Amino acid sequence: MALLDIQNLVVEFQTASGPFRAVDGVSLHVDEREVLAIVGESGSGKSVSMLAVMGLLPWTATVTADRMSFAGRDLLKLSPAERRKIVGKDMSMIFQEPMASLNPCFTIGFQIEEVLRFHMGMDRAQRRARAIELLKQVGIPEPAERLNSFPHQMSGGQCQRVMIAIAIACNPKLLIADEPTTALDVTIQKQILDLLVSLQAKYGMGLIMITHNMGVVAETADRVIVQYKGRKMEEADVLSLFESPKSNYTRALLSALPENAVGDRLPTVSDMLFEPAPQGASTGAAS
Amino acid sequence: MSTRVVEGKNIVRDYHVGGGLFRGARTVHAVKGVSFSVDKGKTLAIVGESGCGKSTLARIITLIDPATSGELFIDGNKVDIARDGLSKEMRRKVQIVFQNPYGSLNPRQKIGDVLGEPLLINTDKPAEERRDLAMKMLKKVGLGPEHYNRYPHMFSGGQRQRIAIARALMLNPSLLVLDEPVSALDLSVQAQVLNLLADLQDEFQLTYVFISHDLSVVRYIADDVMVMYFGEAVEYGPRDEVFADPKHSYTKTLFAATPRADVSSIKARLAKKKAA
Repeated sequence: MALLDIQNLVVEFQTASGPFRAVDGVSLHVDEREVLAIVGESGSGKSVSMLAVMGLLPWTATVTADRMSFAGRDLLKLSPAERRKIVGKDMSMIFQEPMASLNPCFTIGFQIEEVLRFHMGMDRAQRRARAIELLKQVGIPEPAERLNSFPHQMSGGQCQRVMIAIAIACNPKLLIADEPTTALDVTIQKQILDLLVSLQAKYGMGLIMITHNMGVVAETADRVIVQYKGRKMEEADVLSLFESPKSNYTRALLSALPENAVGDRLPTVSDMLFEPAPQGASTGAAS
Repeated sequence: MSTRVVEGKNIVRDYHVGGGLFRGARTVHAVKGVSFSVDKGKTLAIVGESGCGKSTLARIITLIDPATSGELFIDGNKVDIARDGLSKEMRRKVQIVFQNPYGSLNPRQKIGDVLGEPLLINTDKPAEERRDLAMKMLKKVGLGPEHYNRYPHMFSGGQRQRIAIARALMLNPSLLVLDEPVSALDLSVQAQVLNLLADLQDEFQLTYVFISHDLSVVRYIADDVMVMYFGEAVEYGPRDEVFADPKHSYTKTLFAATPRADVSSIKARLAKKKAA
């Protein structure tokens, strides 16, 4: 049975100029021990659909779905209090900006132990031991001393490791990583991706990778969903997506990779989607 | 023989970090003796991780910051802004485009004024001529005259980066420094902006110093590549040479860390995973 199963998810935001549909009928499922990548450019609704699953959207958003179940429980019917018991425990999320997602006023030890206190009800000594163990797992040197550090004393890559430690603190069944490496250098990106994949394999978690980087997809995913303007364009396993993309949009995305450039010009998405492309430097219709 | 637009010889930049009550002053060596040169119409890419001094070098080349020691030549003339200050002529010659198109445009300034301001400050062209030039430049970067009276928030990231490029080109610079110009952009928009840069280079014979940490972009756009690591240029040479045969261990690490999106490496990864 699928760990997370979403049918026909629609998310609308109330704006001054009427409702805006950010996610338009997306269906997806993730199995245990599976890495699903959701790819798309900004505004494609990839983050919003996962925030809807986590229940983290502001009140201006309306979430509707035919089905939204996680580990056999219907997320649409849960009360906020019941939902908070699941979020952060069985399903947790890592965000894009590691520096911005940690609280600058508290030590990282406090922030890791907070999850353990809330969800696991551990006492002080247990929490501390578990926090040290977690920091060790995510590869932070001298974990016991590091517990007393504040986020600003650590580098971006280390902060992201702390975020991962918080996310996996309660052995979640599903980990959602929202652009976990976008703000990081390539060498650090490699380390973080390796860490995520090894943790995923070790604990048999389901992992959803939200990204716009095709390289990250190629390096981590089992299955890929391509999203564009709130709609699902294509779903395929990673090999067939790269080998024989079906939708025009995926083909366009892949050919826009600089390493796939043929000749002097990069084909752009607008060249492929709206033909014929206007003459001149470019269309300027950046979506 | 092509002309050399910019040349740096043994450029060093130290920052002095002032001491406080509990710690003494110390010196950070941000750039430790880097030499380079770029010919007209060519692109030099500077690659490195954050904190390796690539943006400091960019500031020195753009004449924002003086170098602590070393010599910088622009169009064959030696420039030393610490001693001589910055002439209008020099300010015109080198322009920069920053990484974050959301931060580098004044939100309360209309696009027309953004483009006209360099002319207002550095030349004595009348208002009408400034306006005409700004309109022309808008068209060159793929925007239209209807955008002249809009504000930056009405544009997407890619369009804003076009505006930033247009602003940099208003004074007909001979050298354009691009500090991670496409890092904040989506893949498809990134391709559009890279195409635009290539077109503009052909049209105006521009010289680029392109700073990036994305090797796939560098491979696409650069003629020469310099890899920086802790303030030093650990590798410097023609693109194909550097990519085919990286010598320094850091360059090799960098290449190994870059995600590969080709079918064969996916197959290799899946096979490895199955075996595990």
